[in-house]
Amino acid sequence: MDIREFQAYAALFMTIFLVGILYWYIVYLYRSEKKGEKDYEKLSNLALDDEIDSKTINSSSVASSEKKEQKK
Amino acid sequence: MQSNAALEYDYSVAKLFTYATILFGFLAMLIGTLIAAQLAFPELNYLIGEYGTFSRLRPVHTNTAIFGFTVGGVFATFYYVGQRVLKVSMAESKFLMFIGKLHFWIWFFGALFATITLLMGYSQSKEYAQYEWPADVAIVILWVLWGISIFGLIGIRREKVLYISMWYYIATFLGIAMLYIFNNMAVPTYFASGGLGSIMHSVSMYSGANDAMVQWWYGHNAVAFGFTVPIVGMIYYFLPKESGQAIYSYKLSLLSFWGLMFLYLWAGAHHLLYSPVPDWVQTMASVFSIVLILPSWGSAINMLLTMKGEWNQLTENPLIKFMVLASTFYMLSTLEGPIQAIKSVNAIAHFTDWIPGHVHDGVLGWVTFMIMASLFHMAPRMFKREIYSRKLIEVQFWLQTTAVVLYFTSMWIAGITQGMMWRAVDEYGNLMYSFIDTVTVLHPYYAIRTLSGVLYFVGFVIFAYNMIKTMSSSRELTEEPQFKSPMA
Repeated sequence: MDIREFQAYAALFMTIFLVGILYWYIVYLYRSEKKGEKDYEKLSNLALDDEIDSKTINSSSVASSEKKEQKK
Repeated sequence: MQSNAALEYDYSVAKLFTYATILFGFLAMLIGTLIAAQLAFPELNYLIGEYGTFSRLRPVHTNTAIFGFTVGGVFATFYYVGQRVLKVSMAESKFLMFIGKLHFWIWFFGALFATITLLMGYSQSKEYAQYEWPADVAIVILWVLWGISIFGLIGIRREKVLYISMWYYIATFLGIAMLYIFNNMAVPTYFASGGLGSIMHSVSMYSGANDAMVQWWYGHNAVAFGFTVPIVGMIYYFLPKESGQAIYSYKLSLLSFWGLMFLYLWAGAHHLLYSPVPDWVQTMASVFSIVLILPSWGSAINMLLTMKGEWNQLTENPLIKFMVLASTFYMLSTLEGPIQAIKSVNAIAHFTDWIPGHVHDGVLGWVTFMIMASLFHMAPRMFKREIYSRKLIEVQFWLQTTAVVLYFTSMWIAGITQGMMWRAVDEYGNLMYSFIDTVTVLHPYYAIRTLSGVLYFVGFVIFAYNMIKTMSSSRELTEEPQFKSPMA
């Protein structure tokens, strides 16, 4: 296999790999929200409620914040 | 919840960038209108000797529009949006305030210096990368300062989650840093030769087809990371904030972001179709350009759907009108670009006036509309005064919308006419037209473009007047508006 053929295969596999990651990301976004681990849509409020003394949005997942509360 | 009753956002740096953005916008559009007129009426080339010729002024127009107006608008909005979505004030860090102001002054004088060098004829002769090496060094310094501002603000933020607009600003910073440095790798000949020739002159480290590939990897992605990415970041903040509507789908905004990052960097070689670069590179660029429709439309549709159920605001608020039309022009432009990148279409479109037509429906309809709407939104919050005149915004909107439509329609017709005439052959296979035949046919369309330039420029002067009156003599506000910007 010469270098050009190798480059072509490498480009093909890299493209497939990166497309795979992109699709995995879609599944990840929806699945984590369905499981209640994340709430992405509430992040939209960052633009609407942007006063310096507004309440910050909790960055951690819903599940982990619940765990923290349980520990308290 | 933290108590910061006495603390306020500090817009000193955002204001400085706002003033300069208006100034550079005025210059870029004035020169753009002049050179459009020069193409229609060549006698206008000889008004001020060598400094007034099309060849000198064209790079001044493009670079002032990019590095003066657009980049200035991006910086102005960053120093506004960055504080608000991170819930931290510039006033909280003397260091960041100093860096912000230094960033402004180096950018401002760097841009003036670079413009003068172009007028004097110093050029690397690479499109959108004409600045010679001293100006490149200034750009690298100011870019590093912007990086310190971005990551400095992020470092002291209260809001731990980075809003989607911040992702876009960070991508702009990283993307342009990488592109600009690699494309401008050059050897200053004066130092390399031991003192021969001009100190301003340099030679690119790349040559031939490699130089072309690096140049258009840069050139197209300068459009991507200068004209698309930060402007998408701006609309993700300003449209929801002005309308009071949350983004239709935050998940779609994340997905579009990564899609755009993944795809855009591969598309640059569509500027080199039918040139001596490898065929697979050309095909790959075409394919990636077409797939780019998905993340581009993902963001644009997300913005239009944000207005779902609130379309009445389109008639009630002229700023919403600007932003919705900007989003629509973004859709048009990101459909048109991929169409032009298809090899068979490119065979007709390449080197014709359809290309500047495409660039301008993006830059005038999308980029400039968004920057002006953003500055209008920021003005009442920064200057604590209502916008001076709603009527003037309406007049400006219709003047400039008419101008954009005239620009791209005339250039569509001109470009396709030009492409078809260049390719036309008679029954013996001889070319049917000489170059001057196309020039004669295109003259009316060049005149229409000049008219559109005049209309757009007049609209921009109205914008500048409205902004200056807002800053200086409009009615003072007692409290900051939450969503819709107040206007008289």
